[in-house]
Amino acid sequence: MERGHVIPMNPVDPDAVLTVRNMKTEFALRTHTLKAVDDVSFTLKRGKTLCIVGESGSGKSVTARSILRIVPEPGKITGGDVILHREDGDVALHEMGDRSPEIRAIRGADIAMIFQEPMSSLSPVHTIGFQIEESLILHTNLDQKARRARVVELLRRVEIPDPERTADRYPFEYSGGMRQRAMIAMALACNPKVLIADEPTTALDVTTQAEILDLIQELQDEYGMAVMFITHDMGVVAEIADEVAVMYRGQHVESGTVEDIFANPREDYTKMLIGSAVRLEEPSPIKIAMQAKQAAQTGQEPILEVRGLVKQFAAKRTMLGKLVAEGVRAVNDVSFDLMPSETLGVVGESGSGKTTLGRCIMRMHEPTSGQILYRGRGTDTEITGLDKKGLRDLYADIRMIFQDPYASLNPRMTVEQLIGEPLRNRKLGTPAENRDRVADLLVRVGLKPEHMERYPHAFSGGQRQRIGIARALAPNPKLIIADEATSALDVSLRSQILDLLLEFQESFNLSFIFISHDISTVRYFCDRVAVMYRGEVVEIGNAREVCDNPTHAYTKALLSAVPRPDPTRRRIADRHRYVAKDADLLSNGASA
Amino acid sequence: MLRYIARRILLMIPTLILISFVTFIVVQLPPGDYLNAYVAQLTAEGGETVDRQQIEMLRERYGLNDPFIIQYWKWISNIIFEGDFGRSFEWNAPVSDLLWGRIGLTFVVSLASLLFVYCVAFPIGVYSAIRKYSLGDYVFTFFGFLGLAVPNFLLALVLMVISLQVFGVTPGGLFSPEYAGAPWSFAKLMDFLAHLWIPMIIIGTASTAALIRVMRANLLDELNKPYVETARAKGQSEAVLIMRYPVRIALNPFVSRLGWELPALVSGAAITSIVLNLPTAGPILLTALQSQDMFLAGSFILILSVLTVIGTLVSDILLAWLDPRIRYS
Amino acid sequence: MAMTTDTATPLGPDDAPAIVAAQGAEVASQWKLMWWKFRRHKLAMASGVVVLVLYMIAIFAEVLAPADPNDFNPRFTYAPPQELRWSYVDDAGERQWGLHVNAYRTELDRETFRRTFVLDEEERIPVGFFVEGEPYLLLGLIPATVKLFGPEEVGAPFYIWGADRLGRDMFSRVIHGARVSLSIGLVGVFLSLFLGIVLGGISGYYGGWIDTAIQRLIEFIRSIPTIPLWMGLAAAIPLGFHPLMVYLIITAIVSLVGWTDLGREVRGRFLSIKDDDYVAAARLDGASEGRIILRHMAPSFLSHIIATVTLAIPSMILAETALSFLGIGLRPPVVSWGVLLQEAQNIRAVVTAPWLMVPGGAVVVAVLAFNFLGDGLRDAADPYSH
Repeated sequence: MERGHVIPMNPVDPDAVLTVRNMKTEFALRTHTLKAVDDVSFTLKRGKTLCIVGESGSGKSVTARSILRIVPEPGKITGGDVILHREDGDVALHEMGDRSPEIRAIRGADIAMIFQEPMSSLSPVHTIGFQIEESLILHTNLDQKARRARVVELLRRVEIPDPERTADRYPFEYSGGMRQRAMIAMALACNPKVLIADEPTTALDVTTQAEILDLIQELQDEYGMAVMFITHDMGVVAEIADEVAVMYRGQHVESGTVEDIFANPREDYTKMLIGSAVRLEEPSPIKIAMQAKQAAQTGQEPILEVRGLVKQFAAKRTMLGKLVAEGVRAVNDVSFDLMPSETLGVVGESGSGKTTLGRCIMRMHEPTSGQILYRGRGTDTEITGLDKKGLRDLYADIRMIFQDPYASLNPRMTVEQLIGEPLRNRKLGTPAENRDRVADLLVRVGLKPEHMERYPHAFSGGQRQRIGIARALAPNPKLIIADEATSALDVSLRSQILDLLLEFQESFNLSFIFISHDISTVRYFCDRVAVMYRGEVVEIGNAREVCDNPTHAYTKALLSAVPRPDPTRRRIADRHRYVAKDADLLSNGASA
Repeated sequence: MLRYIARRILLMIPTLILISFVTFIVVQLPPGDYLNAYVAQLTAEGGETVDRQQIEMLRERYGLNDPFIIQYWKWISNIIFEGDFGRSFEWNAPVSDLLWGRIGLTFVVSLASLLFVYCVAFPIGVYSAIRKYSLGDYVFTFFGFLGLAVPNFLLALVLMVISLQVFGVTPGGLFSPEYAGAPWSFAKLMDFLAHLWIPMIIIGTASTAALIRVMRANLLDELNKPYVETARAKGQSEAVLIMRYPVRIALNPFVSRLGWELPALVSGAAITSIVLNLPTAGPILLTALQSQDMFLAGSFILILSVLTVIGTLVSDILLAWLDPRIRYS
Repeated sequence: MAMTTDTATPLGPDDAPAIVAAQGAEVASQWKLMWWKFRRHKLAMASGVVVLVLYMIAIFAEVLAPADPNDFNPRFTYAPPQELRWSYVDDAGERQWGLHVNAYRTELDRETFRRTFVLDEEERIPVGFFVEGEPYLLLGLIPATVKLFGPEEVGAPFYIWGADRLGRDMFSRVIHGARVSLSIGLVGVFLSLFLGIVLGGISGYYGGWIDTAIQRLIEFIRSIPTIPLWMGLAAAIPLGFHPLMVYLIITAIVSLVGWTDLGREVRGRFLSIKDDDYVAAARLDGASEGRIILRHMAPSFLSHIIATVTLAIPSMILAETALSFLGIGLRPPVVSWGVLLQEAQNIRAVVTAPWLMVPGGAVVVAVLAFNFLGDGLRDAADPYSH
């Protein structure tokens, strides 16, 4: 790819609000200099949205911070022009010092920014109202009364209920979505010309994400500001962008209008990004082939039967009986069957109980009531009745793949020890045999036998997840529970890992329970899907049917909130909305 | 907030009971009992022998034949309901007469040290964190380690020796001789303040060193938090935003250390005042222990501990006032 | 650009392995990574050496000390330190080589009528290496008489750090004092560690009301001023007890309070790892409870425990010193740095013989070294964080 992809710029373009030319930002690391932003140029236009898209480490966040000159240590902006076009003439931001009063007068007033983590981006010990008011103190001459009125008005504008009261609340009393709304209110305080949004919806649930995207778009229409939206999600890009700039390893790969980029991507990297996202829109070809084969087999017994499963978390109290945590019915009367070599997807948003369901089946959480019948070994096994030894035996048949490839591998054990652990504990073979088996497994998951001696710290996130898969496969299981197994990975790695799992499903007749918040991976990977909401399965059925023609109102809302990587079929604005009857808007829990 | 305070006070009660219990065990620990000492004293003073029957009578009167728990109850109920801490046979006076003046001064000295510790540690800690790895940071870190390594009695000794050699006077005591027995007056107060600073620094050094490190570490953690970036993106100036956000939040663990530092300072005051010969609890506690005047010693230990626990309570309430997350949960 | 399809190659910079700095890092174990990290901490490295040297001194005290610590000689009360010299000028004006110290001459101060020592430039006491001295048992086992260095003539006055009230050699006393002071730190820390691991472990593992009770106990112990309590407990030790018994009781008293830090550390670590995914994974791999704790959990907090233990030793040393200094801890004839400092309680004595403060210097050096070492260990304890 050629470097220094310069967008042709028209300095007299009346709509241009901010022009960035050949920006360069470097990080001096101990071993080398990292070019986090390497010669990037773009223009932001009034009323338009530019999406900067790229995977982790592409330098997109540093680009945003370089505009406002708030690059964290040891970053240094080493070159480029940043020009803000105001009614009173052009202002060269690149000529201002990092701490100069001039740049501070721009920050928050002309250019405002919102961040990824709505919890940690707000001070925990100041009220929401004060944090919004601070912008007004800095950039306006309003008196205290007028400021307060403006704060309340802003909060009302971002649809925070009862703003007169909630303005005096602290961030920990807001839910995740409300915190992000408050952040937006803070950014809008001084009617900025440019809003920079750095992955503002990544930490949010998909329905909350849709609301926030809606809100940003509405406000943009109302105030006509230019939006620079940073994201890794091609679906979001397709949904909201007017123009797109793709970044990879600090470089500007290509840019264009959103229709253009999606219809005719020129660069391999862009093609790969779009391809990975679009691929997940349809069931995997491997899956379709498998389903065709399986259609012939009928009259099979399920490998797992779950009946009336309930998990009630007890309320936590201190010694004096003070309530610390309220009791929650995390899983409420869940029943389903799982056939051999079938994949059941379990989707739901945070707090829906999907992870608890998976852990109850493994008895990692003790179910409160219900039956879990496992038929994988000839005789019927009632999992809820197993003792410790029985469970240990069961764990050879039912395995788990964890979400976080960093936390789930003990950093103090070699790959051989990690993958060999289930073999060793079951005394399944001699050490030499187990060693051969580990080597074999490594090859199967796409790693090399000589990686055996290494420790997890020598591997990347995707590679670690492969090690986790090899560990799950080691004792020849029949059922694998994959809990958000691909969520921590970049989209390009996601389909690779899913394909790997499908290969194993085909060769070993594995059954999967695939827990995910991501509808598209479910569509790609699963035969059937169960939709969970507040501990209950609200809908269960064929994955394709549920995804295309959902019947339950919540499923409809959930599905229509998922952004699609297709700019010609935008739909978030017309999505279904689902409001539970007892929805409490001011909740204490974090939503992410 | 009121509920929080009420709950904390409720939780304090078992701690206080435990303290009184442990103290009573300490009182009872030395072989022999109060009466043996008393009889020995009587014998020494009057030269008359006390016959066995008389001892038994006294024994009965003081309840010394009772089981441990009854003796404990008599002791503690006398203290709580009548303010009677027993008698010091060494001073031949009620313990409460000896106790309060010295306890008062002990706490004035400890609180002064606490004030000194926080006033010094806060700015230095903030400076060290913001100017990480600067020359100043290294210098303060070095002195911090040194401060932790020098036992405060040693520091007191060194200061005394230097003062004796250079100025020819020993800087002991809290008052000049002419004010020692005098009633409180403005002049006495000034004299007291002039004497206060040496014990204050000596007692506070180790805690200051520890707290600088606490403040520095906490602030370093907070400086990289996203809310700092939010404030920066708002256009707030660096000085204001650092003081308003990360410093404000790093203040919470800093203040919560109060509950640990107060006991440490009271400890330090006890030993330092022995070296400096201050009219506080330390020296009298030591002599009481050496002569096994256990009611006197026990009362000092009890009151010092109780007041420390109350101090910790105050610091907890202060922290709850600072941090809404504690206040509301 | 070339999109790689090799699945074993990471895609973006953020998807790169966490630790790749050093050669062979891929196969470096936890301890190796910790050692690499620790090595970068120069001050901690140096302090580690100092700590080692201090313990060697404690072990081989009899060899290193020229005199028995309790040998007294009233003729040399408060004799000032002699300077070790390598050469002298003889009567003929020639420079002669030879390690020596100068002998003392007493003079009477005509104003105060006090006896003062003056070093006699004329009279030399030759000093040699590996000289004969009083017989002793090396390591408590091997009879020996060799001293690393000392006056060639047995019994000649030799006070390189001066003499105390009874004319005992400060240098020898400080060296012997290291034995008690440093070992009390170690023994105390092991007692604390035992209490801390047992109670902290129970607290972290079982949780519930046991946890609450133990946490309350820790808070209770922390909330009382320790020195008055120690004083109360130590003062109760009967005067007639054998010194060894006193030593053990003092150690126990000091650890009674000292375990709380370790207990908290153990509990905190335990709790934070207990719910880690990799521990859950180990359980699903069929590992027994014992194996989970010993093989999967222990290695990750062992390093933190070692660091905390190192940082706990200095407070033990300081506690012993303080109690002995006050005269309610160890008592003569036991020789510890705290006992030696008792001599310095009299300010007038210190003014005439400032070398009485030398044991204090030894305490400061030991405590500093332990603190720096512990600090470095703590930084290195988690080699996987950035």
